[in-house]
Amino acid sequence: MNDKSISLLCGIIFGIGLVISGMTNPEKVIGFLSIAHNWDASLIFVMGGAVITAGPFFYFFRNKEFSALGDKINLPAKQNIDKKLILGSSLFGVGWGLVGLCPGPAISALATFDPITVVFLLSMAAGVLVKKNTIK
Amino acid sequence: MNNFTPFSALLGGIIIGLSVVFYFYSTGRLAGISGIFENAMSGTSKRLSNLAFLLGLVIGPLIYFNFIASTPVAFNITHSYLLIIPGGFLVGFGTRLGGGCTSGHGICGIGRLSVNSIIATGIFVAVGMVTVTILQQFGVYL
Repeated sequence: MNDKSISLLCGIIFGIGLVISGMTNPEKVIGFLSIAHNWDASLIFVMGGAVITAGPFFYFFRNKEFSALGDKINLPAKQNIDKKLILGSSLFGVGWGLVGLCPGPAISALATFDPITVVFLLSMAAGVLVKKNTIK
Repeated sequence: MNNFTPFSALLGGIIIGLSVVFYFYSTGRLAGISGIFENAMSGTSKRLSNLAFLLGLVIGPLIYFNFIASTPVAFNITHSYLLIIPGGFLVGFGTRLGGGCTSGHGICGIGRLSVNSIIATGIFVAVGMVTVTILQQFGVYL
């Protein structure tokens, strides 16, 4: 298998996981963010399940230099916590709360054929491009 | 707590975790979707692979809806452009400024015990909760 087919396969598995977890339903996400009213804690189990599954492997592979396909592994370097991290994550939190979609589920939601998901994705693409072209 | 679904949430999370591990082991890259999305749009390296991952994110649910699910899968989203357009823009802008989203920081980053990612995740979850609580004061999302 090459890089493209593995990426496709991982995307498919990831997308199935998202749907089963409930993350692709904005109503479910809003229920999780609704801490003061009928809180639905389910999504803690999504992140918990994913982290507990992936964490030990990341630890086990922590000194790996090359991937199975032979590419050099470049993990994000340790950085100081800066204004960008804080401001960016805050703005993301506002957007997430407004609609209940984060990037992965926003793309998977195209599978519902609801045209509003295209509007959301175009707005998200605009945000990515504005950031890329204004802030280094 | 209404609609509490810990088992399907956990199962979905484990499947997502397996995808993240297999992707990292095979390609050496982290499955942070906001980064994959940016790279698929405007990247120079591995652009087709990133596009393939995004295509998979759409195909996976289609497979699930058509061949696996025994009942229709719920999908309820606001249709107010006042929420959708600024919401989408802030998700795109914010995740790239903050260096990751729910998958990049929330799963890969926390899985690697990155302090930055733990803080980023705490911030976007807390701000998301404040945002929804404020919207509820105005009669949205009750």
